[in-house]
Amino acid sequence: MRRTTFPNKVLPYLLLAPQIAITLVFFFWPAGQALWQSLYREDPWGLSSAFVGLDNFTRVLTDPNYLHSLQVTAAFSAATAVLALAAGLLFAVMVDGLSRGKRIYQTLLIWPYAVAPAVAGMLWLFLFSPAMGTFGILLRRAGVAWDPLLDGTQAFLLVTVAAAWKQVSYNFIFFLAGLQAIPKSLHEAAAIDGASPLRRFWTVAFPLLSPVSFYLLVVNIVYAFFDTFGVIHAVTGGGPAKATETLVYKVFNDGYVGLDLGASSAQSVILMAIVIALTAVQFRYVEKKVHYA
Amino acid sequence: MIERRPVANLVSHFLLVIGVLVMAFPIYYSFVASTRTVAEILTPPLPLWPGAHFVDNYVQAFTGSLHRIGGVNLGTLLFNTTVVALAIAVGKIIISLLSAYAVVFFRFPGRMLFFWMIFITLMLPVEVRIMPTYQVMVDLGLIDTYTGLTLPLMASATATFLFRQFFLTIPDELVEAARIDGAGPLRFFRDVLLPLSKTNIAALFVILFIYGWTQYLWPLLMTNSNDMNTILIALRKMVSFADADTQWHVVMVTTILALLPPVLVVVLMQRWFVKGLVESEK
Amino acid sequence: MATIDMRNVRKSYEQHEVIHGVDVRIADGEFIVIVGPSGCGKSTLLRMVAGLEEVTAGEIAIDDRVVNDIEPAHRDIAMVFQNYALYPHMSVFDNMAYGLKIRGTPKDEIRRRVDEAAAMLELGHLLERRPRQLSGGQRQRVAMGRALVRAPKVFLFDEPLSNLDAKLRVQMRLEIQKLHRRLATTSLFVTHDQVEAMTLAQRMIVMNAGRVEQVGTPHEVYQRPATTFVASFIGSPPMNLVEGTLEADGLRFRCTSGDHIDLPQARHDLVGRALVLGIRPEHLLPADDGLVLTVQLVESLGAESFIHTRLGEAGPELIVRAGGLAALRFGELVSYRLPADALHWFDATSGLRIDA
Ligand SMILES: Nc1ncnc2c1ncn2[C@@H]1O[C@H](COP(=O)(O)OP(=O)(O)O)[C@@H](O)[C@H]1O
Ligand SMILES: [Mg+2]
Repeated sequence: MRRTTFPNKVLPYLLLAPQIAITLVFFFWPAGQALWQSLYREDPWGLSSAFVGLDNFTRVLTDPNYLHSLQVTAAFSAATAVLALAAGLLFAVMVDGLSRGKRIYQTLLIWPYAVAPAVAGMLWLFLFSPAMGTFGILLRRAGVAWDPLLDGTQAFLLVTVAAAWKQVSYNFIFFLAGLQAIPKSLHEAAAIDGASPLRRFWTVAFPLLSPVSFYLLVVNIVYAFFDTFGVIHAVTGGGPAKATETLVYKVFNDGYVGLDLGASSAQSVILMAIVIALTAVQFRYVEKKVHYA
Repeated sequence: MIERRPVANLVSHFLLVIGVLVMAFPIYYSFVASTRTVAEILTPPLPLWPGAHFVDNYVQAFTGSLHRIGGVNLGTLLFNTTVVALAIAVGKIIISLLSAYAVVFFRFPGRMLFFWMIFITLMLPVEVRIMPTYQVMVDLGLIDTYTGLTLPLMASATATFLFRQFFLTIPDELVEAARIDGAGPLRFFRDVLLPLSKTNIAALFVILFIYGWTQYLWPLLMTNSNDMNTILIALRKMVSFADADTQWHVVMVTTILALLPPVLVVVLMQRWFVKGLVESEK
Repeated sequence: MATIDMRNVRKSYEQHEVIHGVDVRIADGEFIVIVGPSGCGKSTLLRMVAGLEEVTAGEIAIDDRVVNDIEPAHRDIAMVFQNYALYPHMSVFDNMAYGLKIRGTPKDEIRRRVDEAAAMLELGHLLERRPRQLSGGQRQRVAMGRALVRAPKVFLFDEPLSNLDAKLRVQMRLEIQKLHRRLATTSLFVTHDQVEAMTLAQRMIVMNAGRVEQVGTPHEVYQRPATTFVASFIGSPPMNLVEGTLEADGLRFRCTSGDHIDLPQARHDLVGRALVLGIRPEHLLPADDGLVLTVQLVESLGAESFIHTRLGEAGPELIVRAGGLAALRFGELVSYRLPADALHWFDATSGLRIDA
């Protein structure tokens, strides 16, 4: 807690006004609307709406499409997070171990961070398009029936790789920072104890990286849940046959495209609950970090 | 390193080169495509070196209008996207600086309430309130406006927290010295706090510029008219993998231009970028 | 030039009172040192004078103007902080000039005043540097310079020398003295270091646990400590304090341990009271037929030695200061006398000095 403050009484409110105004109008008001609308159902012409209690939620949660989307999202998040984390960690460990050329590799490995998810999706689709993508063609020539626009599994694979590809840079930077924060003396002590480099990694570096890893896991899941909308929208549009329809894509599709407000709002509220849970988990990590610091 | 490990080093380099290829190849590949004709692009596999049509394609992309998205030219798209990215980055930084300043350097009734209001926005990303936010924007007449594209994205708990975190590290004595020197709160903000926050501002700017540039869902909702599109939305509209008359060479030029500004920012401002990323921890 | 009056000044944080009513009047041009152990409220008191803390109760007046509700900037004071609190992004010149700039002082006047202060502090060649390019001692000077240029009515110092190494501290102490002699500005100087207090102060305020124990010149405080706290806090090693009572003859002091000390002169007036007898280490003089003490430990510093001794088997420990190197061993018996005029008497329950 800061000891010295300025005695002004009005100024702080003026300073806060812009942020609070935006927050109220664009965050709280719509979020309140979502909560409200999730309890009502509009007639097809949008003229009147009736209170239906939790009916929208029951409808959503028993809808096989929704449950399918939930599964898709879970699988997509897990796959994306694991792929992006593993690659990021691998690169970070390799770069950290180099005596020369760290900077070059770092520069070359971080730029996908700047690529928008939608563009990442298009780049990979372009590479793997069955009609014109070099790798798509190569796969077909190798006898694979490759067509991610028609085959659900292949589509899923493609968006996962594209989504993970974009996220590797982020993980790489954090893992590298984490590795570089480990005191050299620890490695040296372990080396003097006779531990091999691999063993040193597992017994010294890895445990010390675990808070970072945990933090990144949460961030990657949040990323896969929300920020990958662009990948899905640009590459598959949720298809084929809903094989890549994630929860966020479905909210968008049901609400913005399908105009089913009640169901879309109920889905929004469920998503909010998921974010709150993830944030809470993330906070437990932050708390821990504060304790150890 | 503790001991010399030539073999391990070699393996590291080998894996990293592969890694770099995987990470960079998709981008390089579309650059190659952006220098070739439609015909070349449509007869894969595409050669791995740039073609002869770099100048032609880029000139065409800039001068010709892009027919699939209603005749808007690339300049407009880049302009829109730049405005959006800059407005979001600058706006967020200003708004967050001010609110972090209020929360850290003043004591006033409701301080914690406001703090929590800002904090809770972390849990309300656009994606979870798509429809009602869209309605609010329609009601306020903000569809197809720069205000609509940027203002709602300017409130950010993370930037506010980053500045708050930094402000808390400023020693009390510095504030006291300034008060004794006769600096009021605004003067202290301008003369002491802002200059001291320079590196944090730079770091955050890089992150937020990229954040603004890569926005997708929000511009998708906020724009109906083609000439308000950002480059990403336009790019999406230009592409049809099913359609035979997609102008792939122009698409590729657009892709490269959609990539280039944020990639340049990351590469050129790498130091700030890494700092901003690691310190804001999102 | 200014006087400072503190009238029953109190300070509470929430319900917790940390300053319990301070009454001091500081004359114009005085150099006052506030000294006491860490956490006793020295900084809090100083910061109330500066206007950085609100005064919970009582009044502070600078030059007979009550300043309780006046902003620090308008009290015409300057302050030097322990960590210097220099603006890291400003040059030395700008650090010193900032307060003047805010007050709208003309540019050439600022230049003149900064140059003058810089010359006084030998900072002339450093004016374009940033604080982080300076050594600790140089930063300290800049902090002093920032206070000087304002030519305020009052200088406030909060442990300004604590972050310097021992040698530099001595040097800065001398410079502060020189500056005060030259400017004669009323100064309040906070320190926990009694040597600093003794050497710098014209008068010192000894504080303990939020209360003023004694106000006086270094001589008064050293020679006639007002309380057992002051007696034990000022002086190094501290005054020997022994609890006990006087026997009926007024000549024999019976320690609570049962051992006794014979006095050179009877004090019939003190018979029957719970007492603390005090004597400074340097006042115990070698004598053949004096108080017999057992040597426990000797600290030899070269020019002087401190002999830690014990009276009897389990009696009080007494420290004796001897000149030169003392060649004594553990368990050896030594004998010292107590000159009558070197004894201090305190009431054991209140800790207050008892004057003859
Ligand atoms: N902002 C504060 N809130 C609560 N207690 C405080 C605060 N500042 C100081 N104190 C308490 O007041 C007492 C005196 O502190 P201080 O004046 O800093 O002591 P000194 O400078 O003599 O070391 C201490 O017990 C300290 O814990
Ligand atoms: Mg203090």
